[in-house]
Amino acid sequence: MAMTMTQKILAHHAGMENVCAGQLISAKLDIVLGNDITTPVAINEFNKAGFSEVFDKDKIAIVLDHFVPNKDIKAAEQSKKCREFSCSHCISHFYDVGKMGIEHALLPEQGVVTAGDCIIGADSHTCTYGALGAFSTGVGSTDMAAGMATGMAWFRVPSAIKINLTGKLSKNCSGKDVILTLIGKIGVDGALYRSMEFTGEGVKTLSMDDRLCICNMTVEAGAKNGIFPVDDITREYLKNRCERTPVEYTADEDAVYDEVIEINLSEIVPTVSCPHLPENTHPAAELSHIKIDQVVIGSCTNGRMEDMEAAYNVLKGKKVATGVRCIIIPATMEIYRECIVRGYTTAFVDAGAVVSTPTCGPCLGGYMGILAAGERCIATTNRNFVGRMGHTESEVYLASPQTAATSAISGYITAPEEGE
Amino acid sequence: MQTKGKVFKYPDNVDTDVIIPARYLNTSDAAELSKHCMEDIDAEFVNKLSSGDVIVAGWNFGCGSSREHAPLVIKTSGVGCVIAKSFARIFYRNAINIGLPILECEQAAEEICAGDEVSVDFDTGVITNITTNKTYQAQPFPEFIQNIIKSGGLLASLK
Repeated sequence: MAMTMTQKILAHHAGMENVCAGQLISAKLDIVLGNDITTPVAINEFNKAGFSEVFDKDKIAIVLDHFVPNKDIKAAEQSKKCREFSCSHCISHFYDVGKMGIEHALLPEQGVVTAGDCIIGADSHTCTYGALGAFSTGVGSTDMAAGMATGMAWFRVPSAIKINLTGKLSKNCSGKDVILTLIGKIGVDGALYRSMEFTGEGVKTLSMDDRLCICNMTVEAGAKNGIFPVDDITREYLKNRCERTPVEYTADEDAVYDEVIEINLSEIVPTVSCPHLPENTHPAAELSHIKIDQVVIGSCTNGRMEDMEAAYNVLKGKKVATGVRCIIIPATMEIYRECIVRGYTTAFVDAGAVVSTPTCGPCLGGYMGILAAGERCIATTNRNFVGRMGHTESEVYLASPQTAATSAISGYITAPEEGE
Repeated sequence: MQTKGKVFKYPDNVDTDVIIPARYLNTSDAAELSKHCMEDIDAEFVNKLSSGDVIVAGWNFGCGSSREHAPLVIKTSGVGCVIAKSFARIFYRNAINIGLPILECEQAAEEICAGDEVSVDFDTGVITNITTNKTYQAQPFPEFIQNIIKSGGLLASLK
Protein backbone atom coordinates (compact mmCIF):
# COMPACT_ATOMS: atom_id res chain seq x y z
CA MET A 1 0.00 0.00 0.00
CA ALA A 2 1.27 3.45 -0.89
CA MET A 3 2.72 5.46 1.99
CA THR A 4 3.61 9.08 2.68
CA MET A 5 7.20 9.97 3.60
CA THR A 6 6.27 10.12 7.30
CA GLN A 7 4.50 6.75 7.14
CA LYS A 8 7.57 5.15 5.53
CA ILE A 9 9.88 6.37 8.29
CA LEU A 10 7.44 5.17 10.95
CA ALA A 11 6.97 1.78 9.28
CA HIS A 12 10.72 1.24 9.13
CA HIS A 13 11.18 2.18 12.78
CA ALA A 14 8.32 -0.09 13.79
CA GLY A 15 9.91 -2.97 11.86
CA MET A 16 6.92 -3.23 9.54
CA GLU A 17 6.56 -3.42 5.78
CA ASN A 18 3.54 -1.20 5.76
CA VAL A 19 1.57 1.09 8.02
CA CYS A 20 -1.62 2.99 7.38
CA ALA A 21 -3.15 6.14 8.82
CA GLY A 22 -4.83 5.61 12.18
CA GLN A 23 -2.81 2.49 13.04
CA LEU A 24 -1.22 2.40 16.51
CA ILE A 25 2.42 1.38 16.42
CA SER A 26 5.43 1.18 18.66
CA ALA A 27 8.55 2.65 17.02
CA LYS A 28 12.27 2.65 17.75
CA LEU A 29 13.72 6.07 18.52
CA ASP A 30 16.97 7.50 17.18
CA ILE A 31 17.02 10.52 19.49
CA VAL A 32 15.10 11.41 22.66
CA LEU A 33 15.35 15.11 23.54
CA GLY A 34 14.55 17.26 26.55
CA ASN A 35 15.29 20.74 27.89
CA ASP A 36 15.73 22.39 31.29
CA ILE A 37 11.97 22.76 31.80
CA THR A 38 10.75 19.36 30.62
CA THR A 39 13.68 17.12 31.59
CA PRO A 40 13.36 17.59 35.39
CA VAL A 41 9.76 16.30 35.17
CA ALA A 42 10.97 13.38 33.02
CA ILE A 43 13.74 12.58 35.51
CA ASN A 44 11.16 12.50 38.34
CA GLU A 45 9.01 10.07 36.33
CA PHE A 46 12.03 7.98 35.26
CA ASN A 47 13.14 7.58 38.87
CA LYS A 48 9.64 7.11 40.27
CA ALA A 49 9.04 4.23 37.84
CA GLY A 50 12.20 2.59 39.14
CA PHE A 51 14.37 2.74 36.01
CA SER A 52 18.09 2.82 36.67
CA GLU A 53 19.58 2.76 33.16
CA VAL A 54 18.93 4.75 30.00
CA PHE A 55 18.47 2.71 26.81
CA ASP A 56 21.41 4.33 25.00
CA LYS A 57 23.53 7.19 26.31
CA ASP A 58 24.32 8.29 22.73
CA LYS A 59 20.68 8.62 21.71
CA ILE A 60 19.55 11.07 24.37
CA ALA A 61 20.00 14.83 24.06
CA ILE A 62 19.54 17.13 27.05
CA VAL A 63 19.84 20.83 26.28
CA LEU A 64 19.69 23.60 28.88
CA ASP A 65 18.20 26.47 26.90
CA HIS A 66 14.99 27.90 28.33
CA PHE A 67 16.23 29.65 31.46
CA VAL A 68 20.03 29.70 31.09
CA PRO A 69 22.31 31.25 32.19
CA ASN A 70 19.90 30.60 35.05
CA LYS A 71 17.44 33.38 35.74
CA ASP A 72 16.79 32.53 39.39
CA ILE A 73 17.47 29.99 42.14
CA LYS A 74 14.63 27.64 41.17
CA ALA A 75 15.77 27.56 37.53
CA ALA A 76 19.30 26.87 38.75
CA GLU A 77 18.01 23.89 40.73
CA GLN A 78 16.27 22.57 37.60
CA SER A 79 19.47 22.88 35.56
CA LYS A 80 21.43 21.21 38.34
CA LYS A 81 19.06 18.27 38.26
CA CYS A 82 19.54 17.88 34.47
CA ARG A 83 23.31 18.22 34.86
CA GLU A 84 23.53 15.56 37.56
CA PHE A 85 21.31 13.13 35.65
CA SER A 86 23.32 13.66 32.44
CA CYS A 87 26.57 13.13 34.32
CA SER A 88 25.44 10.00 36.17
CA HIS A 89 24.09 8.42 32.96
CA CYS A 90 27.05 9.64 30.82
CA ILE A 91 24.67 11.33 28.33
CA SER A 92 26.79 12.13 25.23
CA HIS A 93 24.65 14.98 23.95
CA PHE A 94 24.36 17.11 27.07
CA TYR A 95 24.67 20.83 26.35
CA ASP A 96 25.35 23.26 29.17
CA VAL A 97 26.16 26.99 29.21
CA GLY A 98 29.10 27.76 26.92
CA LYS A 99 28.24 24.88 24.62
CA MET A 100 24.47 25.08 24.52
CA GLY A 101 22.17 26.67 22.01
CA ILE A 102 18.44 26.71 21.53
CA GLU A 103 17.76 23.00 21.10
CA HIS A 104 16.12 23.08 17.67
CA ALA A 105 18.88 25.19 16.17
CA LEU A 106 21.58 23.26 18.01
CA LEU A 107 20.74 19.64 17.22
CA PRO A 108 20.75 20.00 13.41
CA GLU A 109 23.83 22.24 13.57
CA GLN A 110 25.77 19.75 15.68
CA GLY A 111 24.71 16.80 13.57
CA VAL A 112 22.85 15.09 16.42
CA VAL A 113 19.82 14.55 14.17
CA THR A 114 19.76 13.46 10.56
CA ALA A 115 17.61 12.39 7.61
CA GLY A 116 15.48 9.30 8.16
CA ASP A 117 15.54 9.55 11.95
CA CYS A 118 12.58 8.92 14.23
CA ILE A 119 12.83 11.52 17.00
CA ILE A 120 10.77 12.56 19.99
CA GLY A 121 11.46 15.63 22.08
CA ALA A 122 9.82 16.99 25.19
CA ASP A 123 9.36 20.32 23.48
CA SER A 124 6.60 21.09 21.01
CA HIS A 125 8.96 22.54 18.40
CA THR A 126 10.78 19.22 18.01
CA CYS A 127 8.95 19.04 14.67
CA THR A 128 11.75 21.31 13.35
CA TYR A 129 13.96 18.40 12.21
CA GLY A 130 11.47 17.41 9.53
CA ALA A 131 13.44 19.92 7.47
CA LEU A 132 16.21 17.31 7.29
CA GLY A 133 13.83 14.59 6.11
CA ALA A 134 13.32 13.07 9.57
CA PHE A 135 10.14 12.14 11.44
CA SER A 136 10.29 14.31 14.50
CA THR A 137 7.57 15.28 16.94
CA GLY A 138 6.96 16.95 20.27
CA VAL A 139 5.82 14.95 23.27
CA GLY A 140 5.58 15.45 27.04
CA SER A 141 7.94 14.60 29.85
CA THR A 142 6.44 11.18 30.59
CA ASP A 143 6.99 10.15 26.96
CA MET A 144 10.54 11.43 27.27
CA ALA A 145 11.04 9.33 30.43
CA ALA A 146 9.64 6.23 28.70
CA GLY A 147 11.78 6.97 25.63
CA MET A 148 14.93 7.32 27.72
CA ALA A 149 14.19 4.03 29.46
CA THR A 150 13.08 1.90 26.51
CA GLY A 151 14.14 3.67 23.29
CA MET A 152 10.58 3.26 22.05
CA ALA A 153 7.44 5.38 21.72
CA TRP A 154 3.87 4.69 20.67
CA PHE A 155 2.35 6.63 17.80
CA ARG A 156 -0.90 6.76 15.96
CA VAL A 157 0.21 6.79 12.31
CA PRO A 158 -0.84 10.17 10.94
CA SER A 159 -2.57 10.95 7.68
CA ALA A 160 -1.07 13.89 5.82
CA ILE A 161 -1.71 17.18 4.13
CA LYS A 162 0.45 17.74 1.07
CA ILE A 163 1.73 21.26 0.59
CA ASN A 164 2.79 21.75 -2.99
CA LEU A 165 5.26 24.61 -3.28
CA THR A 166 5.83 26.40 -6.58
CA GLY A 167 7.58 29.65 -7.53
CA LYS A 168 10.29 31.45 -5.59
CA LEU A 169 10.21 33.85 -2.65
CA SER A 170 10.90 37.52 -3.28
CA LYS A 171 13.90 39.01 -1.49
CA ASN A 172 11.85 40.60 1.28
CA CYS A 173 10.32 37.26 2.30
CA SER A 174 11.64 34.16 4.04
CA GLY A 175 10.48 30.81 5.35
CA LYS A 176 8.73 32.60 8.22
CA ASP A 177 6.38 34.38 5.83
CA VAL A 178 5.60 31.03 4.18
CA ILE A 179 4.63 29.26 7.40
CA LEU A 180 2.70 32.25 8.79
CA THR A 181 0.76 32.46 5.52
CA LEU A 182 0.03 28.75 5.67
CA ILE A 183 -1.15 28.88 9.30
CA GLY A 184 -3.31 31.88 8.42
CA LYS A 185 -4.85 29.78 5.66
CA ILE A 186 -5.58 26.55 7.57
CA GLY A 187 -5.83 27.78 11.18
CA VAL A 188 -4.19 26.71 14.43
CA ASP A 189 -5.83 23.28 14.31
CA GLY A 190 -5.91 22.97 10.52
CA ALA A 191 -3.43 20.08 10.57
CA LEU A 192 -4.41 18.60 13.95
CA TYR A 193 -2.98 15.07 14.46
CA ARG A 194 -1.66 15.09 10.86
CA SER A 195 1.61 15.44 8.96
CA MET A 196 2.37 18.40 6.77
CA GLU A 197 4.45 17.12 3.86
CA PHE A 198 6.10 19.80 1.77
CA THR A 199 6.84 19.02 -1.83
CA GLY A 200 6.99 20.54 -5.30
CA GLU A 201 9.32 22.54 -7.51
CA GLY A 202 9.50 25.37 -4.98
CA VAL A 203 11.31 23.23 -2.41
CA LYS A 204 14.69 23.61 -4.08
CA THR A 205 14.46 27.40 -3.83
CA LEU A 206 14.25 27.25 -0.03
CA SER A 207 17.43 27.24 2.05
CA MET A 208 17.88 24.85 4.96
CA ASP A 209 17.29 27.72 7.41
CA ASP A 210 13.99 28.47 5.65
CA ARG A 211 12.96 24.81 5.84
CA LEU A 212 13.90 24.53 9.52
CA CYS A 213 11.80 27.63 10.25
CA ILE A 214 8.83 26.28 8.26
CA CYS A 215 8.88 22.85 9.94
CA ASN A 216 9.41 24.49 13.34
CA MET A 217 6.02 26.18 13.21
CA THR A 218 3.98 23.30 11.74
CA VAL A 219 2.97 22.58 15.36
CA GLU A 220 1.23 25.98 15.39
CA ALA A 221 -1.17 24.49 12.85
CA GLY A 222 -1.67 21.54 15.19
CA ALA A 223 0.45 19.18 13.05
CA LYS A 224 2.15 16.11 14.42
CA ASN A 225 5.12 16.77 12.17
CA GLY A 226 6.27 18.73 9.16
CA ILE A 227 8.62 17.15 6.65
CA PHE A 228 10.64 18.08 3.56
CA PRO A 229 12.02 15.70 0.94
CA VAL A 230 15.77 15.10 0.98
CA ASP A 231 17.56 16.90 -1.86
CA ASP A 232 20.99 18.32 -2.65
CA ILE A 233 20.49 21.18 -0.19
CA THR A 234 19.82 18.63 2.58
CA ARG A 235 22.79 16.48 1.57
CA GLU A 236 25.08 19.48 1.49
CA TYR A 237 23.85 20.57 4.93
CA LEU A 238 24.33 17.11 6.46
CA LYS A 239 27.78 16.58 4.94
CA ASN A 240 30.59 16.55 7.53
CA ARG A 241 28.08 17.46 10.18
CA CYS A 242 26.22 14.34 11.02
CA GLU A 243 27.71 11.53 13.04
CA ARG A 244 25.32 8.90 11.70
CA THR A 245 24.54 7.89 8.12
CA PRO A 246 21.48 9.70 6.79
CA VAL A 247 18.72 7.53 5.34
CA GLU A 248 16.63 8.99 2.55
CA TYR A 249 12.93 8.22 2.34
CA THR A 250 10.58 9.38 -0.39
CA ALA A 251 6.80 9.41 -0.44
CA ASP A 252 5.19 6.96 -2.84
CA GLU A 253 3.90 8.69 -5.93
CA ASP A 254 0.42 7.34 -5.29
CA ALA A 255 0.44 8.08 -1.55
CA VAL A 256 -2.94 9.26 -0.29
CA TYR A 257 -3.28 12.75 1.20
CA ASP A 258 -6.26 14.20 3.09
CA GLU A 259 -5.88 17.37 1.07
CA VAL A 260 -3.43 19.20 -1.16
CA ILE A 261 -2.64 22.86 -0.55
CA GLU A 262 -1.00 24.88 -3.30
CA ILE A 263 1.41 27.62 -2.24
CA ASN A 264 2.99 29.82 -4.89
CA LEU A 265 6.07 31.22 -3.16
CA SER A 266 6.18 34.11 -5.64
CA GLU A 267 2.89 35.37 -4.22
CA ILE A 268 3.98 35.36 -0.57
CA VAL A 269 4.24 38.83 1.01
CA PRO A 270 5.82 39.88 4.34
CA THR A 271 3.29 38.55 6.85
CA VAL A 272 2.57 39.25 10.51
CA SER A 273 0.49 37.24 13.00
CA CYS A 274 -1.47 39.59 15.22
CA PRO A 275 -2.48 38.83 18.83
CA HIS A 276 -3.48 36.38 20.20
CA LEU A 277 -3.27 33.44 17.79
CA PRO A 278 -0.70 32.54 15.12
CA GLU A 279 -3.55 32.12 12.58
CA ASN A 280 -4.46 35.79 12.87
CA THR A 281 -2.26 36.80 9.93
CA HIS A 282 -2.17 40.02 7.92
CA PRO A 283 0.20 41.47 5.34
CA ALA A 284 2.79 43.52 7.26
CA ALA A 285 2.08 46.44 4.92
CA GLU A 286 -1.44 46.76 6.36
CA LEU A 287 -0.22 47.15 9.94
CA SER A 288 1.96 50.25 9.60
CA HIS A 289 -0.17 52.13 12.16
CA ILE A 290 0.86 49.77 14.96
CA LYS A 291 3.49 51.27 17.25
CA ILE A 292 5.87 48.90 18.98
CA ASP A 293 7.82 49.02 22.23
CA GLN A 294 10.07 46.01 21.73
CA VAL A 295 11.61 43.85 19.03
CA VAL A 296 12.91 40.31 19.60
CA ILE A 297 14.98 38.62 16.90
CA GLY A 298 15.89 35.07 17.82
CA SER A 299 14.29 31.81 19.09
CA CYS A 300 14.20 28.24 17.74
CA THR A 301 12.15 29.62 14.86
CA ASN A 302 14.42 32.44 13.71
CA GLY A 303 17.73 32.58 15.54
CA ARG A 304 19.82 30.96 12.80
CA MET A 305 22.64 32.45 10.73
CA GLU A 306 20.45 33.57 7.84
CA ASP A 307 18.15 35.26 10.34
CA MET A 308 21.09 37.13 11.85
CA GLU A 309 22.23 38.06 8.35
CA ALA A 310 18.77 39.37 7.48
CA ALA A 311 18.73 41.48 10.65
CA TYR A 312 22.25 42.74 9.92
CA ASN A 313 21.40 43.75 6.36
CA VAL A 314 18.56 45.90 7.68
CA LEU A 315 20.19 47.31 10.84
CA LYS A 316 23.76 48.04 9.67
CA GLY A 317 24.46 51.75 9.76
CA LYS A 318 20.94 52.49 11.04
CA LYS A 319 19.52 53.28 14.48
CA VAL A 320 16.77 51.54 16.42
CA ALA A 321 13.91 54.03 16.89
CA THR A 322 13.84 56.01 20.11
CA GLY A 323 11.64 54.26 22.65
CA VAL A 324 12.10 50.81 21.11
CA ARG A 325 14.10 48.05 22.82
CA CYS A 326 15.63 45.69 20.28
CA ILE A 327 16.86 42.34 21.60
CA ILE A 328 18.84 40.04 19.32
CA ILE A 329 19.54 36.46 20.37
CA PRO A 330 21.70 34.23 18.18
CA ALA A 331 20.38 30.70 18.73
CA THR A 332 23.64 28.80 19.27
CA MET A 333 27.15 29.55 20.41
CA GLU A 334 28.42 28.82 16.90
CA ILE A 335 26.02 31.42 15.48
CA TYR A 336 26.89 33.80 18.33
CA ARG A 337 30.57 33.48 17.49
CA GLU A 338 29.97 33.87 13.76
CA CYS A 339 28.02 37.09 14.44
CA ILE A 340 31.13 38.44 16.20
CA VAL A 341 33.51 37.29 13.43
CA ARG A 342 31.35 38.82 10.69
CA GLY A 343 30.95 42.11 12.55
CA TYR A 344 27.20 41.70 12.99
CA THR A 345 27.41 42.07 16.76
CA THR A 346 29.19 45.43 16.46
CA ALA A 347 26.60 46.60 13.93
CA PHE A 348 23.74 45.51 16.19
CA VAL A 349 25.20 47.31 19.20
CA ASP A 350 25.97 50.40 17.12
CA ALA A 351 22.35 50.41 16.00
CA GLY A 352 21.25 50.47 19.63
CA ALA A 353 20.23 46.82 19.95
CA VAL A 354 21.33 44.42 22.69
CA VAL A 355 22.77 41.00 21.91
CA SER A 356 22.24 38.10 24.30
CA THR A 357 23.84 34.69 24.52
CA PRO A 358 21.51 31.89 23.32
CA THR A 359 18.32 31.46 25.34
CA CYS A 360 14.61 30.84 24.76
CA GLY A 361 14.05 33.53 27.45
CA PRO A 362 11.61 36.11 26.06
CA CYS A 363 9.78 33.82 23.59
CA LEU A 364 7.96 32.05 26.41
CA GLY A 365 7.90 34.97 28.82
CA GLY A 366 10.68 33.52 30.92
CA TYR A 367 13.09 36.45 31.15
CA MET A 368 15.34 38.68 28.98
CA GLY A 369 12.60 40.89 27.59
CA ILE A 370 9.34 40.55 29.53
CA LEU A 371 6.55 42.95 28.54
CA ALA A 372 4.56 45.22 30.87
CA ALA A 373 0.79 45.78 30.57
CA GLY A 374 -0.11 47.52 27.34
CA GLU A 375 3.28 46.98 25.68
CA ARG A 376 3.68 45.62 22.16
CA CYS A 377 6.47 43.50 20.73
CA ILE A 378 7.18 42.38 17.21
CA ALA A 379 9.05 39.11 17.51
CA THR A 380 10.49 36.43 15.26
CA THR A 381 9.27 33.87 17.79
CA ASN A 382 6.45 31.36 17.29
CA ARG A 383 3.53 32.11 19.63
CA ASN A 384 1.49 35.19 20.42
CA PHE A 385 -0.92 33.75 22.99
CA VAL A 386 -2.28 35.88 25.84
CA GLY A 387 0.57 36.59 28.25
CA ARG A 388 3.11 34.66 26.18
CA MET A 389 5.86 37.29 26.59
CA GLY A 390 4.76 38.83 29.86
CA HIS A 391 1.69 40.67 31.12
CA THR A 392 -1.68 39.32 29.97
CA GLU A 393 -2.42 42.79 28.58
CA SER A 394 0.74 42.87 26.46
CA GLU A 395 0.76 41.96 22.77
CA VAL A 396 3.08 39.91 20.56
CA TYR A 397 3.16 40.22 16.76
CA LEU A 398 4.95 37.38 14.96
CA ALA A 399 7.08 38.22 11.93
CA SER A 400 10.23 37.41 9.96
CA PRO A 401 13.64 38.75 11.02
CA GLN A 402 13.58 41.17 8.09
CA THR A 403 10.18 42.58 9.06
CA ALA A 404 11.12 42.73 12.75
CA ALA A 405 14.40 44.55 12.05
CA THR A 406 12.72 46.98 9.64
CA SER A 407 10.10 47.70 12.31
CA ALA A 408 12.84 48.28 14.92
CA ILE A 409 14.10 51.22 12.86
CA SER A 410 10.72 52.85 12.23
CA GLY A 411 9.16 52.09 15.61
CA TYR A 412 6.04 50.85 13.82
CA ILE A 413 5.28 47.53 12.16
CA THR A 414 6.88 47.97 8.76
CA ALA A 415 7.16 45.65 5.78
CA PRO A 416 10.67 45.32 4.37
CA GLU A 417 10.86 46.73 0.89
CA GLU A 418 11.25 44.51 -2.13
CA GLY A 419 14.94 44.07 -2.86
CA GLU A 420 16.03 45.49 0.48
CA MET B 1 -13.86 6.12 37.09
CA GLN B 2 -16.45 8.83 37.65
CA THR B 3 -16.59 12.47 38.54
CA LYS B 4 -19.36 14.89 39.47
CA GLY B 5 -19.11 18.63 39.79
CA LYS B 6 -19.82 22.03 38.39
CA VAL B 7 -18.65 23.23 35.00
CA PHE B 8 -16.00 25.80 34.18
CA LYS B 9 -16.45 26.74 30.53
CA TYR B 10 -13.76 28.06 28.20
CA PRO B 11 -13.55 28.91 24.48
CA ASP B 12 -11.62 27.37 21.55
CA ASN B 13 -7.81 27.18 21.48
CA VAL B 14 -7.12 27.33 25.21
CA ASP B 15 -3.31 27.18 25.14
CA THR B 16 -0.88 25.71 27.64
CA ASP B 17 0.56 29.17 28.32
CA VAL B 18 -2.71 30.30 29.91
CA ILE B 19 -3.17 26.93 31.65
CA ILE B 20 0.21 27.29 33.34
CA PRO B 21 2.24 30.40 32.42
CA ALA B 22 5.93 29.75 31.68
CA ARG B 23 6.98 32.26 34.34
CA TYR B 24 6.16 29.57 36.91
CA LEU B 25 7.97 26.74 35.12
CA ASN B 26 11.16 27.20 37.09
CA THR B 27 9.88 24.39 39.32
CA SER B 28 8.50 20.92 38.64
CA ASP B 29 6.67 20.73 41.99
CA ALA B 30 3.08 19.91 41.01
CA ALA B 31 1.45 21.26 44.18
CA GLU B 32 3.23 24.59 43.87
CA LEU B 33 2.50 24.83 40.14
CA SER B 34 -1.18 24.04 40.60
CA LYS B 35 -1.69 27.26 42.60
CA HIS B 36 -1.42 28.98 39.19
CA CYS B 37 -3.70 26.67 37.21
CA MET B 38 -5.61 28.58 34.49
CA GLU B 39 -4.29 31.83 35.96
CA ASP B 40 -3.94 33.77 32.71
CA ILE B 41 -7.41 32.89 31.39
CA ASP B 42 -9.31 32.85 34.68
CA ALA B 43 -7.47 34.34 37.66
CA GLU B 44 -10.16 33.16 40.11
CA PHE B 45 -10.20 29.55 38.87
CA VAL B 46 -8.27 27.96 41.73
CA ASN B 47 -10.32 29.81 44.33
CA LYS B 48 -13.65 28.77 42.82
CA LEU B 49 -12.74 25.16 42.05
CA SER B 50 -14.00 22.22 44.10
CA SER B 51 -12.58 18.74 43.74
CA GLY B 52 -14.32 16.82 40.95
CA ASP B 53 -15.35 19.90 38.96
CA VAL B 54 -15.24 19.68 35.18
CA ILE B 55 -13.63 21.87 32.52
CA VAL B 56 -15.63 22.15 29.28
CA ALA B 57 -14.00 23.82 26.29
CA GLY B 58 -14.11 24.21 22.52
CA TRP B 59 -11.75 23.07 19.78
CA ASN B 60 -8.02 22.43 20.16
CA PHE B 61 -7.82 22.52 23.98
CA GLY B 62 -4.22 22.53 25.24
CA CYS B 63 -2.56 23.85 22.10
CA GLY B 64 0.95 25.28 22.15
CA SER B 65 3.82 24.18 24.33
CA SER B 66 4.40 20.50 25.14
CA ARG B 67 4.66 21.25 28.85
CA GLU B 68 3.26 18.29 30.75
CA HIS B 69 2.88 20.74 33.62
CA ALA B 70 -0.42 21.77 31.93
CA PRO B 71 -2.41 18.52 32.35
CA LEU B 72 -0.54 17.97 35.61
CA VAL B 73 -1.77 21.22 37.22
CA ILE B 74 -5.31 20.56 36.02
CA LYS B 75 -5.20 17.10 37.60
CA THR B 76 -3.43 18.21 40.78
CA SER B 77 -5.80 21.12 41.37
CA GLY B 78 -8.69 18.62 41.56
CA VAL B 79 -10.39 18.83 38.16
CA GLY B 80 -12.26 15.56 37.59
CA CYS B 81 -12.38 15.62 33.80
CA VAL B 82 -11.81 17.87 30.79
CA ILE B 83 -14.43 17.71 28.03
CA ALA B 84 -13.60 19.47 24.75
CA LYS B 85 -14.60 19.46 21.09
CA SER B 86 -11.00 18.45 20.35
CA PHE B 87 -7.60 18.42 22.05
CA ALA B 88 -4.24 19.52 20.72
CA ARG B 89 -2.25 16.34 20.12
CA ILE B 90 0.57 16.74 22.66
CA PHE B 91 -1.89 17.69 25.41
CA TYR B 92 -4.05 14.68 24.48
CA ARG B 93 -1.03 12.39 24.73
CA ASN B 94 0.21 13.92 27.96
CA ALA B 95 -3.21 13.67 29.61
CA ILE B 96 -3.35 9.95 28.81
CA ASN B 97 0.24 9.42 29.94
CA ILE B 98 -0.30 11.05 33.34
CA GLY B 99 -3.87 9.83 33.89
CA LEU B 100 -5.92 13.02 33.55
CA PRO B 101 -9.40 11.98 32.36
CA ILE B 102 -10.29 13.74 29.07
CA LEU B 103 -13.18 13.23 26.68
CA GLU B 104 -13.86 14.53 23.18
CA CYS B 105 -17.54 15.33 22.64
CA GLU B 106 -18.56 18.14 20.33
CA GLN B 107 -22.22 18.27 21.30
CA ALA B 108 -21.59 18.20 25.03
CA ALA B 109 -18.94 20.89 24.72
CA GLU B 110 -21.36 23.00 22.70
CA GLU B 111 -24.41 22.66 24.93
CA ILE B 112 -23.14 22.43 28.48
CA CYS B 113 -23.01 25.83 30.19
CA ALA B 114 -20.77 27.34 32.82
CA GLY B 115 -22.05 26.49 36.30
CA ASP B 116 -24.05 23.42 35.16
CA GLU B 117 -23.81 20.35 37.37
CA VAL B 118 -22.51 17.37 35.39
CA SER B 119 -21.49 13.82 36.05
CA VAL B 120 -19.06 11.93 33.85
CA ASP B 121 -18.49 8.20 33.61
CA PHE B 122 -15.02 8.04 32.17
CA ASP B 123 -15.14 4.30 31.45
CA THR B 124 -18.29 4.43 29.32
CA GLY B 125 -17.83 8.00 28.05
CA VAL B 126 -21.32 8.95 29.18
CA ILE B 127 -21.66 12.60 30.18
CA THR B 128 -24.81 13.61 32.09
CA ASN B 129 -25.82 17.23 32.49
CA ILE B 130 -27.75 17.03 35.79
CA THR B 131 -28.90 20.65 35.47
CA THR B 132 -30.64 20.07 32.12
CA ASN B 133 -31.14 16.32 32.51
CA LYS B 134 -29.47 15.56 29.18
CA THR B 135 -26.91 12.86 28.40
CA TYR B 136 -24.14 12.68 25.81
CA GLN B 137 -21.97 9.86 24.54
CA ALA B 138 -18.30 10.76 24.09
CA GLN B 139 -15.88 8.95 21.78
CA PRO B 140 -14.44 5.93 23.57
CA PHE B 141 -10.62 5.54 23.55
CA PRO B 142 -8.98 2.84 21.41
CA GLU B 143 -8.13 -0.29 23.39
CA PHE B 144 -4.38 0.42 23.21
CA ILE B 145 -4.92 3.72 25.01
CA GLN B 146 -7.44 2.25 27.46
CA ASN B 147 -4.72 -0.18 28.50
CA ILE B 148 -2.33 2.66 29.29
CA ILE B 149 -5.03 4.35 31.35
CA LYS B 150 -5.99 1.12 33.15
CA SER B 151 -2.35 0.51 34.05
CA GLY B 152 -2.22 3.92 35.70
CA GLY B 153 -0.25 5.80 33.05
CA LEU B 154 2.42 5.15 30.46
CA LEU B 155 5.33 4.30 32.74
CA ALA B 156 3.26 1.93 34.84
CA SER B 157 2.10 0.22 31.63
CA LEU B 158 5.73 -0.48 30.68
CA LYS B 159 6.47 -2.42 33.83
